[in-house]
Amino acid sequence: MIKPLIQYFLALLLAPLLSGVINRVKAFFGGRRGVPLFQLYFDLYKLAHKTPVYSRTTTWLFRAGPVIGLAAMLCALALLPFGGRPSFLSFDGDLILLVYLLGLARLAAVLAALDTGSSFEGMGASREVQFAVFAEPAFFLALAALARGGGGLSLSGIFSNLTPAAWLTASPVLTLVTVSLFIVFLAENSRLPVDDPNTHLELTMIHEVMVLDHSGPDLAFIFYGAALKLWVLGGLIACVILPRHSGSWVVDSGAFILAMFAIAAVVGAIESVMGRLRLLKVPYLLMTALTFSILALIFQAGR
Amino acid sequence: MTTLAELIIVAVILLNLSLAASGTLAACIRLAAAQGVIAALLPLLAGREVPPGTLVFCGAVILLKGAIFPWLLTRARIKANVSKDADPVIGYPASIILCLGAFAASSWLGARLPLPETARVAWIVPASLSTIFTGFLLLTTRTKAITQVLGYLVIENGIYIFGLALFVEQPLMVEMAILLDVFVAVFVMGITIFHISREFDHIDTAELSQLRDWHSGEAK
Amino acid sequence: MIILLMLTPFLAGLSAFFIKEDARRRALLLAAAGGHFALTAAVLVARPEMAPCAWFALDPLGLLFLGVTSLLFLGASVYAVKYLSLEKRDPGEDSEEGFIFNNEPEAVFTGCLLLFLAAMTAVTASRHLGILWAAVEATTLLSAPLIYFHRHKRSLEATWKYLLICSVGIAMALMGNLFLGAAGLSSGVALDLESLLLKAPSLDPAWLKAAFLFLFVGYGTKMGLAPFHTWLPDAHSESPAVVSALLSGALLNCAFLGILRVAQVCSAAGLAGFTGDIMIFFGILSLMTAAFFILAQKDYKRMLAYSSIEHMGILSLGVGLGGGAVYGALLNAVSHSLTKAGLFFVSGLVLAAYRTKNISDVKGLIRRAPATGVLWLAGFFLITGTPPSGIFLGKFMILKAAVSGRHFAAAAAYLFFLAVVFAGMGRIFLEMTLGEAPVHKGAEKPFEASRQMLIPAAFFFACAIILGLYIPAWLNELITGAKVLIGGGL
Repeated sequence: MIKPLIQYFLALLLAPLLSGVINRVKAFFGGRRGVPLFQLYFDLYKLAHKTPVYSRTTTWLFRAGPVIGLAAMLCALALLPFGGRPSFLSFDGDLILLVYLLGLARLAAVLAALDTGSSFEGMGASREVQFAVFAEPAFFLALAALARGGGGLSLSGIFSNLTPAAWLTASPVLTLVTVSLFIVFLAENSRLPVDDPNTHLELTMIHEVMVLDHSGPDLAFIFYGAALKLWVLGGLIACVILPRHSGSWVVDSGAFILAMFAIAAVVGAIESVMGRLRLLKVPYLLMTALTFSILALIFQAGR
Repeated sequence: MTTLAELIIVAVILLNLSLAASGTLAACIRLAAAQGVIAALLPLLAGREVPPGTLVFCGAVILLKGAIFPWLLTRARIKANVSKDADPVIGYPASIILCLGAFAASSWLGARLPLPETARVAWIVPASLSTIFTGFLLLTTRTKAITQVLGYLVIENGIYIFGLALFVEQPLMVEMAILLDVFVAVFVMGITIFHISREFDHIDTAELSQLRDWHSGEAK
Repeated sequence: MIILLMLTPFLAGLSAFFIKEDARRRALLLAAAGGHFALTAAVLVARPEMAPCAWFALDPLGLLFLGVTSLLFLGASVYAVKYLSLEKRDPGEDSEEGFIFNNEPEAVFTGCLLLFLAAMTAVTASRHLGILWAAVEATTLLSAPLIYFHRHKRSLEATWKYLLICSVGIAMALMGNLFLGAAGLSSGVALDLESLLLKAPSLDPAWLKAAFLFLFVGYGTKMGLAPFHTWLPDAHSESPAVVSALLSGALLNCAFLGILRVAQVCSAAGLAGFTGDIMIFFGILSLMTAAFFILAQKDYKRMLAYSSIEHMGILSLGVGLGGGAVYGALLNAVSHSLTKAGLFFVSGLVLAAYRTKNISDVKGLIRRAPATGVLWLAGFFLITGTPPSGIFLGKFMILKAAVSGRHFAAAAAYLFFLAVVFAGMGRIFLEMTLGEAPVHKGAEKPFEASRQMLIPAAFFFACAIILGLYIPAWLNELITGAKVLIGGGL
């Protein structure tokens, strides 16, 4: 019981570091020095001490949005296995709960955005949901493909079952799942090529625009929730790539954390190399992810 | 070695999907050529002793499908001066979904068709059937003549893969005859495409519709 | 002997590409056709023994179709020689749209024609289903340049459709061959007919059914069964008359041979009921399609093409019904080939006389070109099965077998569609033949049809009439032998 709790707190602590790594890698590609690695921590601290400003058109939904989002992400984090080790809240069927918790977070964000009454946020909300139509099935089916490989419907069970030997016998499935999960990762965390986190132009924002009106601790919640989302989705990918192989908890956890940072670095590299896709082409990308998930599921089912 | 063969099958299926989604003619030609070459590698991975006849045959297939057919078709494409395919009749997302559905259906079918125990790689029948379906899709929903020829080539790829599934000892004569026929067919089609582009100034077969039985609104 | 049968036209075809003088080339065409016919007659009389497990051998079924092909080709070559010399004289001017077009080099045409004969001979003589497949594919590729003789837009469109649809059909047939191989895998059977027929009961029925379906679709596309017939009307209406005659009279039969071979195997394996039902269904479907499209037809060559589709439907129906209907179907095949070839020859003359393919523009044929008109009308009566005609006998036998086999629905549909076709074709033919000849530009004198082009048609019609009255013993024996092979029983 102690080890899963330590894992949880480690995740809580290290999650904001991921975006720092991504930004640093992007700066490196751009020949700049870039923001400090711990910038997100400083931002959270700064925001926590500010007073929030609420628009007169908003209701309780607007205030509840970030809170619900963060709560959902904290629960989702509790379900996440850490380097193949079970999390402290795992049970059979928790992968469905994970998908729905992420959906709940998205719902809260979208409602809060719509609640401001501004067309700006409404546009961002509609785009966000439009992409979710493709991203969620892709995500769900990828997890289903993994679940079919054994281990019941529990994430921890699935990843405990996943051994390096699985990569030899089921490599097509696992490769397809990894690529699909990675595309979903890019889409859900609003990374390039789906969405540019740095842009603040009306035509190009998706996620940024939804949180435009939040301030103070609400914004801190949103940033922290986003960091946790990075960790959750990245953690799934890391668990697939790095099936547990050594018996030691320390080695496994260390490898897992390293893999997380490696994933963050890869995302940074991708963001530096690729431009943003046209909005009309993003569904194609997500449909590719959906296709891969379906293929992986069919392959796994026929095995 | 079975995993490598499986990876090749997966690659074939992924190539099907990218063919269904691709809009540029040059890309389509390359994808179909890649599919042919990859499929030609399959008998070499059977994991047993490879007789020299099979080696020569695989080399011939790779040469034909990887070099000669793309060259013929690219020549036709350049002479006809086309680069982009016209919008397909059913749209790219629908094409991809259809291909996926075909793959699911052929997996189901593949489980029903009792294969002899000599066929060890499990996904060959679904892969071949879905490749054939993708070829049909290209043939019927695309209007540029070159894409239709590519559809025919993809159908032949699928049939080739299916033949591999059934005959572990290659009946070399039959496969050779098939290959020869495909070569002559593509050759003749290439010549015809050249004639079409010269006669019509385009190779859009949707425009080839003068011969029909329903003459609506025609003044006599 | 059989190899010589194939080699003669093959070598003649290859050399035709290189001969520069037209007269010599046409003489070669005639000589090759004549030699091929003589060889076929010799084989018919001598009946060389079939060597076991040889790739090529002639059983009664193959011999029947080979004989028809050879005879047809002889007549076609006589017609073609005159046709080619006429085409050489006039520059091509399109009848409908008035543009000038080129013709294909005559060497290519003649060469492909001879090679086409070689390929069809290979189809009839092959005992290995893989060789059969390759030969059928070869006929597709070799007949494409033949269709594209007049080099203009419409014939190009027809050629492209023909190439693509038939190639895809042949690809389906290849799948069928592979399935057949799969059916025989467990018992180690190769694709040659002898071992297939011998070990038929041990073939896996599921694979065998799938194989039959694919082979039926594939060869059925080449044969012109609905709904795979879409290339047929275009190809027949745009190609020169001699090519249409060969396509309708010889090629469709050869494609049917492919289906018959696999039906042989299936009936030896006990699946005769399954195959019969499929053949009956598609036969009636073809009849219906043909009837439907003949009614509103505006182009007389297309009408003839749909009539071919109708007859292919009748063939399929007959073989599907089994028993005595098989005899009727085979008799119908022979008679239809002869009659349709003759009709296409005459249509070529009509086109030359009136310079239009539209039915409404052709009137008073019997006044303008008496000999042609008489033949045209005679052809109509023969092809729709008015006695005395071999076709009538064949159709009647099929009807009889349908009723006695209690396939009442099929028989009723059969009769209905035949009546519709008769009505449709009757209207067209009578409109064309009788009536006032339109004042054609500069054509006051009657059209002089070349006797060389009239004789083959007349000869074929005479043969068809004779067949309706009396079937010579050797033909009877041949057809009965073929019928037994297909599993027609008594």
